[in-house]
Amino acid sequence: MSANAAAAGPHRRRLHRWLTAEVTTSPQQASLQRLYFGWLRFRRNPLAMIGLSILLALIVIALLAPWLAHYGSNDQDLYARLKPPSAAHWLGTDELGRDIYSRLIWGSRITLYIACLVAIIAAPVGLIVGTTSGYLGGWTDTVLMRVTDIFLSFPGLVLALAFVAALGPGIENAVIAIALTAWPPIARLARAETLTIRSSDYIAAIRIQGASPLRIIVKHVMPMCVPSVIVRITLNMAGIILTAAGLGFLGLGAQPPSPEWGAMLSTGRQYLIGAWWLAAMPGLAILLTSLAFNLFGDGLRDVLDPRTE
Amino acid sequence: MIVVEDLRVTFGSGDSLVHAVDGVSFRVEAGETFGLVGESGCGKSTILRALCGLNDNWHGAIAVDREVMTPKRPKTFFKKVQMVFQDPYGSLHPRHTVNTTLMEPIAIHGLDQADRRIARVLDQVGLGAAYRFRYPHQLSGGQRQRVAIARALIVEPKVLLLDEPTSALDVSVQAEILNLLSDIRQVARLTCMLVSHDLSVIAHMCHRLAVMNHGKVYEEMSVEDLEAGRARHAYTRQLLQASLGYDRRLAADAAREGLEVG
Repeated sequence: MSANAAAAGPHRRRLHRWLTAEVTTSPQQASLQRLYFGWLRFRRNPLAMIGLSILLALIVIALLAPWLAHYGSNDQDLYARLKPPSAAHWLGTDELGRDIYSRLIWGSRITLYIACLVAIIAAPVGLIVGTTSGYLGGWTDTVLMRVTDIFLSFPGLVLALAFVAALGPGIENAVIAIALTAWPPIARLARAETLTIRSSDYIAAIRIQGASPLRIIVKHVMPMCVPSVIVRITLNMAGIILTAAGLGFLGLGAQPPSPEWGAMLSTGRQYLIGAWWLAAMPGLAILLTSLAFNLFGDGLRDVLDPRTE
Repeated sequence: MIVVEDLRVTFGSGDSLVHAVDGVSFRVEAGETFGLVGESGCGKSTILRALCGLNDNWHGAIAVDREVMTPKRPKTFFKKVQMVFQDPYGSLHPRHTVNTTLMEPIAIHGLDQADRRIARVLDQVGLGAAYRFRYPHQLSGGQRQRVAIARALIVEPKVLLLDEPTSALDVSVQAEILNLLSDIRQVARLTCMLVSHDLSVIAHMCHRLAVMNHGKVYEEMSVEDLEAGRARHAYTRQLLQASLGYDRRLAADAAREGLEVG
Protein backbone atom coordinates (compact mmCIF):
# COMPACT_ATOMS: atom_id res chain seq x y z
CA MET A 1 0.00 0.00 0.00
CA SER A 2 2.65 2.52 1.07
CA ALA A 3 4.98 1.30 -1.68
CA ASN A 4 2.17 1.86 -4.10
CA ALA A 5 1.64 5.43 -2.90
CA ALA A 6 5.37 6.11 -3.12
CA ALA A 7 5.38 4.86 -6.70
CA ALA A 8 2.38 7.03 -7.57
CA GLY A 9 3.98 10.08 -5.90
CA PRO A 10 6.57 11.05 -8.54
CA HIS A 11 4.03 10.54 -11.34
CA ARG A 12 1.52 12.79 -9.66
CA ARG A 13 4.16 15.39 -8.91
CA ARG A 14 5.35 15.32 -12.50
CA LEU A 15 1.78 15.72 -13.73
CA HIS A 16 1.26 18.60 -11.32
CA ARG A 17 4.47 20.26 -12.51
CA TRP A 18 3.44 19.83 -16.13
CA LEU A 19 0.02 21.30 -15.40
CA THR A 20 1.40 24.32 -13.54
CA ALA A 21 4.48 24.92 -15.70
CA GLU A 22 5.37 28.56 -16.26
CA VAL A 23 6.26 27.85 -19.89
CA THR A 24 3.72 25.85 -21.86
CA THR A 25 5.01 24.12 -24.94
CA SER A 26 1.88 22.96 -26.74
CA PRO A 27 -1.70 24.16 -27.24
CA GLN A 28 -2.96 21.02 -25.45
CA GLN A 29 -0.87 21.79 -22.40
CA ALA A 30 -2.06 25.40 -22.37
CA SER A 31 -5.73 24.46 -22.46
CA LEU A 32 -5.35 21.59 -19.99
CA GLN A 33 -3.61 24.02 -17.68
CA ARG A 34 -6.63 26.32 -17.85
CA LEU A 35 -8.91 23.41 -16.96
CA TYR A 36 -6.63 22.36 -14.13
CA PHE A 37 -6.56 25.83 -12.57
CA GLY A 38 -10.35 25.97 -12.92
CA TRP A 39 -10.62 22.61 -11.16
CA LEU A 40 -8.37 23.80 -8.34
CA ARG A 41 -10.69 26.78 -7.80
CA PHE A 42 -13.82 24.64 -8.06
CA ARG A 43 -12.45 22.22 -5.48
CA ARG A 44 -12.27 24.95 -2.87
CA ASN A 45 -16.08 25.27 -2.87
CA PRO A 46 -17.45 22.49 -0.61
CA LEU A 47 -21.11 22.92 -1.61
CA ALA A 48 -20.27 22.70 -5.29
CA MET A 49 -18.24 19.57 -4.58
CA ILE A 50 -21.28 18.04 -2.86
CA GLY A 51 -23.37 18.87 -5.94
CA LEU A 52 -20.74 17.38 -8.23
CA SER A 53 -20.49 14.19 -6.17
CA ILE A 54 -24.26 13.70 -6.20
CA LEU A 55 -24.30 14.14 -9.97
CA LEU A 56 -21.36 11.77 -10.45
CA ALA A 57 -23.09 9.25 -8.16
CA LEU A 58 -26.25 9.61 -10.25
CA ILE A 59 -24.32 8.93 -13.45
CA VAL A 60 -22.62 5.89 -11.90
CA ILE A 61 -25.97 4.61 -10.64
CA ALA A 62 -27.53 5.03 -14.08
CA LEU A 63 -24.62 3.22 -15.73
CA LEU A 64 -24.58 0.37 -13.21
CA ALA A 65 -28.38 0.07 -12.90
CA PRO A 66 -28.56 -3.66 -13.88
CA TRP A 67 -26.12 -4.53 -11.07
CA LEU A 68 -27.43 -2.12 -8.43
CA ALA A 69 -31.14 -2.80 -8.84
CA HIS A 70 -32.51 -5.79 -6.91
CA TYR A 71 -35.48 -6.27 -9.22
CA GLY A 72 -36.45 -5.33 -12.76
CA SER A 73 -38.30 -2.05 -13.14
CA ASN A 74 -41.61 -3.83 -13.78
CA ASP A 75 -41.31 -6.98 -11.63
CA GLN A 76 -44.62 -7.25 -9.84
CA ASP A 77 -45.35 -9.18 -6.69
CA LEU A 78 -48.99 -8.74 -5.78
CA TYR A 79 -48.47 -10.55 -2.46
CA ALA A 80 -46.09 -7.79 -1.38
CA ARG A 81 -48.15 -4.70 -2.22
CA LEU A 82 -47.55 -1.39 -0.41
CA LYS A 83 -44.94 -2.84 1.96
CA PRO A 84 -43.04 -0.24 4.04
CA PRO A 85 -39.25 0.00 3.76
CA SER A 86 -37.58 -3.19 5.01
CA ALA A 87 -34.49 -5.33 4.45
CA ALA A 88 -36.09 -7.05 1.45
CA HIS A 89 -37.39 -3.82 -0.09
CA TRP A 90 -35.10 -0.97 1.03
CA LEU A 91 -37.50 1.78 0.08
CA GLY A 92 -40.70 -0.24 0.23
CA THR A 93 -42.97 -1.43 -2.57
CA ASP A 94 -45.72 0.27 -4.55
CA GLU A 95 -49.35 -0.63 -5.26
CA LEU A 96 -48.32 -3.45 -7.64
CA GLY A 97 -45.62 -4.78 -5.35
CA ARG A 98 -42.76 -3.33 -7.40
CA ASP A 99 -39.58 -2.49 -5.50
CA ILE A 100 -39.30 1.31 -5.25
CA TYR A 101 -35.53 1.30 -4.71
CA SER A 102 -35.01 -0.62 -7.97
CA ARG A 103 -37.47 1.57 -9.85
CA LEU A 104 -35.70 4.72 -8.67
CA ILE A 105 -32.41 3.32 -9.95
CA TRP A 106 -33.88 2.45 -13.34
CA GLY A 107 -35.58 5.86 -13.36
CA SER A 108 -32.27 7.69 -12.95
CA ARG A 109 -31.51 6.67 -16.55
CA ILE A 110 -34.66 8.41 -17.75
CA THR A 111 -33.93 11.55 -15.74
CA LEU A 112 -30.39 11.82 -17.07
CA TYR A 113 -31.58 11.03 -20.59
CA ILE A 114 -34.06 13.91 -20.46
CA ALA A 115 -31.60 16.33 -18.85
CA CYS A 116 -28.79 15.58 -21.34
CA LEU A 117 -31.02 15.62 -24.39
CA VAL A 118 -32.58 18.94 -23.45
CA ALA A 119 -29.14 20.44 -22.76
CA ILE A 120 -27.81 19.15 -26.08
CA ILE A 121 -30.73 20.68 -27.99
CA ALA A 122 -31.34 23.90 -26.06
CA ALA A 123 -27.78 25.13 -25.38
CA PRO A 124 -26.53 25.20 -29.00
CA VAL A 125 -29.81 26.62 -30.33
CA GLY A 126 -29.80 29.37 -27.71
CA LEU A 127 -26.12 30.10 -28.26
CA ILE A 128 -26.42 30.30 -32.05
CA VAL A 129 -29.57 32.44 -32.02
CA GLY A 130 -28.22 34.76 -29.30
CA THR A 131 -24.75 35.37 -30.71
CA THR A 132 -25.96 35.77 -34.30
CA SER A 133 -28.64 38.20 -33.27
CA GLY A 134 -26.31 40.17 -31.01
CA TYR A 135 -23.40 40.36 -33.41
CA LEU A 136 -25.26 41.09 -36.65
CA GLY A 137 -27.82 43.46 -35.12
CA GLY A 138 -30.33 45.25 -37.35
CA TRP A 139 -33.08 43.19 -38.96
CA THR A 140 -31.62 39.83 -37.99
CA ASP A 141 -31.65 40.93 -34.38
CA THR A 142 -35.21 42.24 -34.52
CA VAL A 143 -36.64 39.10 -36.12
CA LEU A 144 -34.75 36.60 -33.95
CA MET A 145 -35.48 38.46 -30.73
CA ARG A 146 -39.22 38.79 -31.45
CA VAL A 147 -39.37 35.03 -32.04
CA THR A 148 -37.55 34.55 -28.73
CA ASP A 149 -40.02 36.92 -27.06
CA ILE A 150 -42.94 34.84 -28.28
CA PHE A 151 -41.44 31.69 -26.77
CA LEU A 152 -40.56 33.55 -23.59
CA SER A 153 -44.05 34.94 -23.10
CA PHE A 154 -45.51 31.49 -22.36
CA PRO A 155 -44.88 29.86 -18.99
CA GLY A 156 -42.58 26.90 -19.63
CA LEU A 157 -44.83 24.15 -18.33
CA VAL A 158 -47.89 25.50 -20.17
CA LEU A 159 -46.01 25.65 -23.48
CA ALA A 160 -44.65 22.15 -22.89
CA LEU A 161 -48.20 20.98 -22.13
CA ALA A 162 -49.43 22.47 -25.40
CA PHE A 163 -46.66 20.77 -27.38
CA VAL A 164 -47.21 17.42 -25.72
CA ALA A 165 -50.93 17.74 -26.31
CA ALA A 166 -50.23 18.36 -30.00
CA LEU A 167 -47.49 15.73 -30.42
CA GLY A 168 -48.96 13.10 -28.10
CA PRO A 169 -47.68 11.99 -24.69
CA GLY A 170 -44.33 10.22 -24.45
CA ILE A 171 -40.83 10.82 -23.29
CA GLU A 172 -39.39 11.96 -26.66
CA ASN A 173 -42.14 14.50 -27.12
CA ALA A 174 -41.63 15.70 -23.56
CA VAL A 175 -37.96 16.27 -24.35
CA ILE A 176 -38.80 18.24 -27.50
CA ALA A 177 -41.38 20.29 -25.61
CA ILE A 178 -38.99 21.09 -22.76
CA ALA A 179 -36.16 21.94 -25.15
CA LEU A 180 -38.46 24.37 -26.96
CA THR A 181 -39.09 26.21 -23.71
CA ALA A 182 -35.48 26.03 -22.52
CA TRP A 183 -33.61 27.79 -25.34
CA PRO A 184 -35.06 31.35 -25.23
CA PRO A 185 -33.52 32.41 -21.88
CA ILE A 186 -30.18 31.11 -23.14
CA ALA A 187 -30.53 33.07 -26.38
CA ARG A 188 -31.27 36.21 -24.35
CA LEU A 189 -28.23 35.64 -22.19
CA ALA A 190 -25.93 34.96 -25.15
CA ARG A 191 -27.20 38.07 -26.94
CA ALA A 192 -26.57 40.29 -23.92
CA GLU A 193 -23.03 38.93 -23.61
CA THR A 194 -22.45 39.37 -27.34
CA LEU A 195 -23.49 43.03 -27.20
CA THR A 196 -20.75 43.80 -24.70
CA ILE A 197 -18.21 41.65 -26.54
CA ARG A 198 -18.77 43.03 -30.03
CA SER A 199 -17.67 46.56 -29.16
CA SER A 200 -14.42 45.34 -27.61
CA ASP A 201 -11.02 45.99 -29.14
CA TYR A 202 -10.25 42.33 -29.75
CA ILE A 203 -13.29 42.05 -32.02
CA ALA A 204 -12.24 45.25 -33.83
CA ALA A 205 -8.78 43.69 -34.14
CA ILE A 206 -10.08 40.49 -35.73
CA ARG A 207 -12.33 42.54 -38.03
CA ILE A 208 -9.32 44.34 -39.45
CA GLN A 209 -7.59 41.00 -39.87
CA GLY A 210 -10.28 40.53 -42.52
CA ALA A 211 -12.34 37.85 -40.75
CA SER A 212 -15.86 37.09 -41.99
CA PRO A 213 -18.84 37.58 -39.62
CA LEU A 214 -19.29 33.79 -39.44
CA ARG A 215 -15.71 33.32 -38.33
CA ILE A 216 -15.96 36.12 -35.77
CA ILE A 217 -19.17 34.71 -34.29
CA VAL A 218 -17.98 31.11 -34.12
CA LYS A 219 -14.34 31.54 -33.13
CA HIS A 220 -14.31 34.83 -31.23
CA VAL A 221 -17.74 35.60 -29.81
CA MET A 222 -18.97 32.11 -28.93
CA PRO A 223 -15.99 31.09 -26.78
CA MET A 224 -16.70 34.13 -24.61
CA CYS A 225 -20.40 33.21 -24.24
CA VAL A 226 -19.97 29.46 -23.70
CA PRO A 227 -19.04 29.61 -19.99
CA SER A 228 -22.11 31.61 -18.98
CA VAL A 229 -24.32 29.42 -21.20
CA ILE A 230 -22.95 26.29 -19.49
CA VAL A 231 -23.60 27.83 -16.10
CA ARG A 232 -27.10 28.87 -17.09
CA ILE A 233 -28.07 25.49 -18.55
CA THR A 234 -26.73 23.75 -15.43
CA LEU A 235 -28.76 26.02 -13.19
CA ASN A 236 -31.79 25.51 -15.47
CA MET A 237 -31.31 21.75 -15.31
CA ALA A 238 -33.14 21.65 -11.98
CA GLY A 239 -36.11 23.37 -13.62
CA ILE A 240 -35.88 21.02 -16.61
CA ILE A 241 -35.98 17.95 -14.36
CA LEU A 242 -38.91 19.43 -12.45
CA THR A 243 -40.77 20.17 -15.69
CA ALA A 244 -40.10 16.64 -16.92
CA ALA A 245 -41.34 15.26 -13.60
CA GLY A 246 -44.29 17.64 -13.79
CA LEU A 247 -45.23 16.37 -17.25
CA GLY A 248 -44.87 12.82 -15.96
CA PHE A 249 -47.00 13.72 -12.96
CA LEU A 250 -49.72 15.10 -15.21
CA GLY A 251 -49.60 11.93 -17.28
CA LEU A 252 -48.19 13.70 -20.35
CA GLY A 253 -44.54 12.68 -20.06
CA ALA A 254 -43.31 9.17 -19.52
CA GLN A 255 -46.21 6.75 -19.47
CA PRO A 256 -47.15 4.61 -16.39
CA PRO A 257 -45.20 1.40 -16.49
CA SER A 258 -42.04 3.42 -17.03
CA PRO A 259 -40.19 4.15 -13.77
CA GLU A 260 -39.94 7.88 -14.45
CA TRP A 261 -39.78 9.72 -11.13
CA GLY A 262 -42.60 12.17 -11.89
CA ALA A 263 -44.92 9.37 -13.02
CA MET A 264 -44.05 7.36 -9.89
CA LEU A 265 -44.84 10.39 -7.76
CA SER A 266 -48.13 10.80 -9.57
CA THR A 267 -49.37 7.25 -8.90
CA GLY A 268 -47.98 7.38 -5.35
CA ARG A 269 -50.19 10.37 -4.62
CA GLN A 270 -53.30 8.16 -4.34
CA TYR A 271 -51.73 6.16 -1.51
CA LEU A 272 -50.16 9.12 0.25
CA ILE A 273 -52.07 8.69 3.53
CA GLY A 274 -51.47 4.98 4.02
CA ALA A 275 -48.15 4.48 2.23
CA TRP A 276 -46.15 7.73 2.26
CA TRP A 277 -43.01 6.11 0.81
CA LEU A 278 -44.65 5.74 -2.61
CA ALA A 279 -44.61 9.50 -3.18
CA ALA A 280 -41.84 10.53 -0.80
CA MET A 281 -39.04 8.43 -2.29
CA PRO A 282 -39.29 9.63 -5.90
CA GLY A 283 -39.94 13.12 -4.55
CA LEU A 284 -36.70 12.98 -2.57
CA ALA A 285 -34.83 11.74 -5.62
CA ILE A 286 -36.13 14.68 -7.68
CA LEU A 287 -35.27 17.10 -4.88
CA LEU A 288 -31.76 15.73 -4.47
CA THR A 289 -30.99 15.82 -8.19
CA SER A 290 -32.31 19.36 -8.65
CA LEU A 291 -30.37 20.51 -5.63
CA ALA A 292 -27.21 18.87 -6.94
CA PHE A 293 -27.55 20.63 -10.29
CA ASN A 294 -28.07 23.97 -8.54
CA LEU A 295 -25.06 23.58 -6.26
CA PHE A 296 -22.89 22.41 -9.14
CA GLY A 297 -24.08 25.30 -11.32
CA ASP A 298 -23.28 27.84 -8.61
CA GLY A 299 -19.79 26.43 -8.25
CA LEU A 300 -19.29 26.46 -12.01
CA ARG A 301 -20.36 30.08 -12.17
CA ASP A 302 -17.76 31.05 -9.60
CA VAL A 303 -15.08 29.38 -11.70
CA LEU A 304 -16.20 30.30 -15.21
CA ASP A 305 -17.59 33.80 -14.83
CA PRO A 306 -14.96 36.10 -16.38
CA ARG A 307 -15.95 38.85 -13.94
CA THR A 308 -14.69 36.85 -10.99
CA GLU A 309 -11.34 36.10 -12.60
CA MET B 1 0.73 55.86 -50.03
CA ILE B 2 -2.22 57.31 -48.15
CA VAL B 3 -4.26 60.20 -49.50
CA VAL B 4 -7.15 61.62 -47.50
CA GLU B 5 -9.23 64.45 -48.89
CA ASP B 6 -11.97 66.35 -47.14
CA LEU B 7 -12.75 63.49 -44.76
CA ARG B 8 -15.87 64.04 -42.66
CA VAL B 9 -17.19 61.78 -39.94
CA THR B 10 -20.26 62.61 -37.90
CA PHE B 11 -21.87 60.85 -34.96
CA GLY B 12 -25.46 61.15 -33.85
CA SER B 13 -28.13 63.17 -35.62
CA GLY B 14 -30.33 66.22 -35.19
CA ASP B 15 -29.41 68.34 -32.17
CA SER B 16 -26.83 65.86 -30.92
CA LEU B 17 -24.92 65.81 -34.23
CA VAL B 18 -21.19 65.85 -33.60
CA HIS B 19 -18.64 66.57 -36.33
CA ALA B 20 -15.90 64.28 -35.04
CA VAL B 21 -13.83 64.85 -38.18
CA ASP B 22 -14.60 67.99 -40.11
CA GLY B 23 -12.98 68.22 -43.52
CA VAL B 24 -9.50 66.79 -42.97
CA SER B 25 -7.00 66.37 -45.83
CA PHE B 26 -3.45 65.04 -45.77
CA ARG B 27 -1.05 62.78 -47.68
CA VAL B 28 1.42 60.24 -46.37
CA GLU B 29 4.26 59.25 -48.70
CA ALA B 30 5.51 55.67 -48.93
CA GLY B 31 8.02 54.85 -46.20
CA GLU B 32 7.11 57.93 -44.23
CA THR B 33 5.78 58.08 -40.69
CA PHE B 34 3.05 60.62 -40.26
CA GLY B 35 1.85 61.77 -36.86
CA LEU B 36 -1.54 63.01 -35.81
CA VAL B 37 -1.41 64.91 -32.57
CA GLY B 38 -4.10 66.57 -30.50
CA GLU B 39 -5.93 66.34 -27.23
CA SER B 40 -8.49 63.64 -26.36
CA GLY B 41 -11.63 63.79 -28.46
CA CYS B 42 -10.14 65.85 -31.28
CA GLY B 43 -10.99 63.18 -33.85
CA LYS B 44 -7.54 61.69 -34.46
CA SER B 45 -8.51 58.11 -33.58
CA THR B 46 -11.71 58.49 -35.60
CA ILE B 47 -9.60 59.20 -38.69
CA LEU B 48 -7.67 55.95 -38.14
CA ARG B 49 -10.88 53.96 -37.68
CA ALA B 50 -12.27 55.36 -40.93
CA LEU B 51 -8.97 54.64 -42.70
CA CYS B 52 -8.82 51.00 -41.64
CA GLY B 53 -12.50 50.30 -42.32
CA LEU B 54 -13.77 49.93 -38.76
CA ASN B 55 -16.01 52.96 -39.21
CA ASP B 56 -17.94 52.86 -42.47
CA ASN B 57 -19.93 56.03 -41.93
CA TRP B 58 -17.68 58.68 -43.48
CA HIS B 59 -17.69 61.10 -46.42
CA GLY B 60 -14.85 62.39 -48.52
CA ALA B 61 -12.13 60.49 -50.33
CA ILE B 62 -9.59 57.99 -49.03
CA ALA B 63 -7.00 56.30 -51.22
CA VAL B 64 -4.46 53.77 -50.01
CA ASP B 65 -1.69 52.54 -52.30
CA ARG B 66 -3.36 54.29 -55.29
CA GLU B 67 -6.64 52.48 -54.67
CA VAL B 68 -9.73 54.52 -53.89
CA MET B 69 -11.48 53.15 -50.81
CA THR B 70 -15.16 52.47 -50.32
CA PRO B 71 -16.64 52.02 -46.83
CA LYS B 72 -16.62 48.24 -47.30
CA ARG B 73 -13.13 46.80 -47.68
CA PRO B 74 -12.11 43.63 -49.50
CA LYS B 75 -10.03 41.01 -47.69
CA THR B 76 -6.93 41.99 -49.68
CA PHE B 77 -7.08 45.45 -48.07
CA PHE B 78 -6.48 43.95 -44.63
CA LYS B 79 -3.36 42.24 -45.85
CA LYS B 80 -2.00 45.64 -46.84
CA VAL B 81 -3.11 47.77 -43.90
CA GLN B 82 -2.88 46.73 -40.26
CA MET B 83 -3.45 48.48 -36.98
CA VAL B 84 -2.14 48.36 -33.41
CA PHE B 85 -4.60 49.43 -30.77
CA GLN B 86 -4.14 51.61 -27.75
CA ASP B 87 -5.07 49.20 -24.99
CA PRO B 88 -3.15 45.91 -25.04
CA TYR B 89 -5.42 44.63 -22.25
CA GLY B 90 -8.49 44.91 -24.48
CA SER B 91 -7.13 44.14 -27.91
CA LEU B 92 -6.15 40.48 -27.33
CA HIS B 93 -8.85 37.81 -27.07
CA PRO B 94 -8.78 36.71 -23.41
CA ARG B 95 -9.40 33.04 -24.22
CA HIS B 96 -6.94 32.71 -27.08
CA THR B 97 -3.30 31.85 -26.60
CA VAL B 98 -0.67 33.89 -28.40
CA ASN B 99 -0.46 31.03 -30.88
CA THR B 100 -4.21 31.09 -31.62
CA THR B 101 -4.17 34.87 -31.98
CA LEU B 102 -1.35 34.67 -34.52
CA MET B 103 -2.86 31.69 -36.36
CA GLU B 104 -6.05 33.62 -37.14
CA PRO B 105 -4.61 36.03 -39.76
CA ILE B 106 -2.70 33.12 -41.30
CA ALA B 107 -5.89 31.10 -41.64
CA ILE B 108 -7.92 34.07 -42.91
CA HIS B 109 -5.47 34.99 -45.64
CA GLY B 110 -4.50 31.39 -46.39
CA LEU B 111 -0.80 31.93 -45.80
CA ASP B 112 1.64 29.02 -45.88
CA GLN B 113 4.34 27.93 -43.42
CA ALA B 114 2.36 28.93 -40.35
CA ASP B 115 4.90 27.64 -37.82
CA ARG B 116 7.82 29.42 -39.38
CA ARG B 117 5.91 32.69 -39.72
CA ILE B 118 4.83 32.65 -36.08
CA ALA B 119 8.32 31.83 -34.84
CA ARG B 120 9.81 34.58 -36.98
CA VAL B 121 7.31 37.27 -36.03
CA LEU B 122 7.61 36.44 -32.31
CA ASP B 123 11.36 36.76 -32.66
CA GLN B 124 10.93 40.04 -34.52
CA VAL B 125 8.95 41.62 -31.67
CA GLY B 126 11.38 40.33 -29.06
CA LEU B 127 9.24 37.54 -27.59
CA GLY B 128 10.76 34.10 -27.61
CA ALA B 129 9.09 30.80 -28.38
CA ALA B 130 8.40 30.46 -24.64
CA TYR B 131 5.51 32.90 -24.96
CA ARG B 132 3.82 31.11 -27.82
CA PHE B 133 1.30 29.10 -25.80
CA ARG B 134 0.50 31.65 -23.12
CA TYR B 135 -2.80 33.34 -22.51
CA PRO B 136 -2.95 37.15 -22.38
CA HIS B 137 -3.53 37.11 -18.62
CA GLN B 138 -0.13 35.46 -18.22
CA LEU B 139 1.59 38.38 -19.95
CA SER B 140 2.55 41.90 -18.86
CA GLY B 141 1.21 45.00 -20.61
CA GLY B 142 4.36 45.46 -22.67
CA GLN B 143 4.40 41.79 -23.68
CA ARG B 144 0.77 42.01 -24.72
CA GLN B 145 1.48 45.02 -26.89
CA ARG B 146 4.32 43.06 -28.50
CA VAL B 147 1.85 40.30 -29.30
CA ALA B 148 -0.53 42.88 -30.79
CA ILE B 149 2.31 44.22 -32.92
CA ALA B 150 3.22 40.68 -33.98
CA ARG B 151 -0.40 40.08 -35.01
CA ALA B 152 -0.31 43.19 -37.19
CA LEU B 153 3.05 42.25 -38.74
CA ILE B 154 2.36 38.61 -39.50
CA VAL B 155 0.49 39.37 -42.75
CA GLU B 156 3.44 41.54 -43.85
CA PRO B 157 1.46 44.74 -44.37
CA LYS B 158 2.65 47.85 -46.19
CA VAL B 159 0.88 50.31 -43.94
CA LEU B 160 0.80 50.21 -40.15
CA LEU B 161 -1.67 52.36 -38.26
CA LEU B 162 -0.75 53.00 -34.64
CA ASP B 163 -3.45 54.25 -32.29
CA GLU B 164 -1.63 55.58 -29.22
CA PRO B 165 0.38 52.36 -29.04
CA THR B 166 2.19 53.29 -25.82
CA SER B 167 -0.21 55.41 -23.79
CA ALA B 168 -1.59 52.45 -21.80
CA LEU B 169 1.90 51.30 -20.80
CA ASP B 170 4.15 52.51 -18.04
CA VAL B 171 7.04 54.81 -18.88
CA SER B 172 9.93 52.35 -18.98
CA VAL B 173 7.98 50.01 -21.25
CA GLN B 174 6.87 52.86 -23.51
CA ALA B 175 10.45 53.49 -24.62
CA GLU B 176 10.99 49.78 -25.39
CA ILE B 177 7.86 49.59 -27.52
CA LEU B 178 8.71 52.82 -29.37
CA ASN B 179 12.21 51.55 -30.15
CA LEU B 180 10.76 48.24 -31.30
CA LEU B 181 8.33 50.05 -33.58
CA SER B 182 11.00 52.23 -35.15
CA ASP B 183 13.24 49.21 -35.74
CA ILE B 184 10.45 47.24 -37.36
CA ARG B 185 9.42 50.20 -39.45
CA GLN B 186 12.90 50.42 -40.91
CA VAL B 187 13.39 46.70 -41.50
CA ALA B 188 9.97 46.16 -43.09
CA ARG B 189 9.96 49.56 -44.85
CA LEU B 190 6.53 50.33 -43.49
CA THR B 191 4.47 53.41 -44.06
CA CYS B 192 3.13 54.38 -40.64
CA MET B 193 0.52 56.64 -39.20
CA LEU B 194 0.87 57.33 -35.52
CA VAL B 195 -1.85 58.91 -33.44
CA SER B 196 -0.81 60.33 -30.10
CA HIS B 197 -1.47 63.12 -27.65
CA ASP B 198 2.16 63.00 -26.61
CA LEU B 199 4.40 65.35 -28.59
CA SER B 200 7.60 63.62 -27.46
CA VAL B 201 6.35 60.30 -28.84
CA ILE B 202 5.49 61.99 -32.13
CA ALA B 203 8.87 63.73 -32.25
CA HIS B 204 10.63 60.43 -31.62
CA MET B 205 8.79 58.46 -34.30
CA CYS B 206 7.53 60.74 -37.08
CA HIS B 207 8.86 62.61 -40.08
CA ARG B 208 5.87 64.92 -40.42
CA LEU B 209 2.84 65.62 -38.27
CA ALA B 210 -0.52 67.31 -38.28
CA VAL B 211 -1.90 69.11 -35.26
CA MET B 212 -5.62 68.55 -34.77
CA ASN B 213 -8.30 70.07 -32.61
CA HIS B 214 -12.11 70.02 -32.81
CA GLY B 215 -12.03 67.67 -35.81
CA LYS B 216 -9.88 69.98 -37.95
CA VAL B 217 -6.21 70.00 -38.88
CA TYR B 218 -4.82 73.28 -37.57
CA GLU B 219 -1.38 72.94 -39.01
CA GLU B 220 0.94 70.49 -40.75
CA MET B 221 4.63 70.64 -39.96
CA SER B 222 7.87 68.68 -40.14
CA VAL B 223 9.47 67.24 -37.04
CA GLU B 224 12.39 69.67 -37.49
CA ASP B 225 9.93 72.56 -37.21
CA LEU B 226 8.45 70.97 -34.12
CA GLU B 227 11.80 70.54 -32.46
CA ALA B 228 12.85 74.08 -33.28
CA GLY B 229 9.53 75.33 -31.89
CA ARG B 230 8.52 76.92 -35.19
CA ALA B 231 4.76 76.72 -34.75
CA ARG B 232 2.49 78.99 -36.79
CA HIS B 233 -0.77 78.32 -35.05
CA ALA B 234 -1.50 79.50 -31.50
CA TYR B 235 -2.95 76.11 -30.52
CA THR B 236 0.26 74.35 -31.56
CA ARG B 237 2.31 76.74 -29.44
CA GLN B 238 0.02 76.06 -26.50
CA LEU B 239 0.42 72.32 -27.02
CA LEU B 240 4.19 72.71 -27.23
CA GLN B 241 4.24 74.74 -24.03
CA ALA B 242 2.05 72.19 -22.30
CA SER B 243 4.34 69.36 -23.31
CA LEU B 244 7.26 71.07 -21.54
CA GLY B 245 5.51 70.61 -18.23
CA TYR B 246 2.86 72.19 -16.09
CA ASP B 247 2.80 75.98 -16.29
CA ARG B 248 0.55 77.91 -13.93
CA ARG B 249 0.16 80.87 -16.30
CA LEU B 250 -0.53 78.64 -19.30
CA ALA B 251 -3.13 76.65 -17.41
CA ALA B 252 -4.81 79.88 -16.36
CA ASP B 253 -4.75 81.10 -20.00
CA ALA B 254 -6.21 77.83 -21.22
CA ALA B 255 -8.90 77.96 -18.57
CA ARG B 256 -9.83 81.56 -19.44
CA GLU B 257 -9.91 80.69 -23.13
CA GLY B 258 -12.09 77.70 -22.36
CA LEU B 259 -14.49 79.97 -20.45
CA GLU B 260 -14.67 82.42 -23.33
CA VAL B 261 -15.30 79.70 -25.87
CA GLY B 262 -17.82 77.98 -23.61
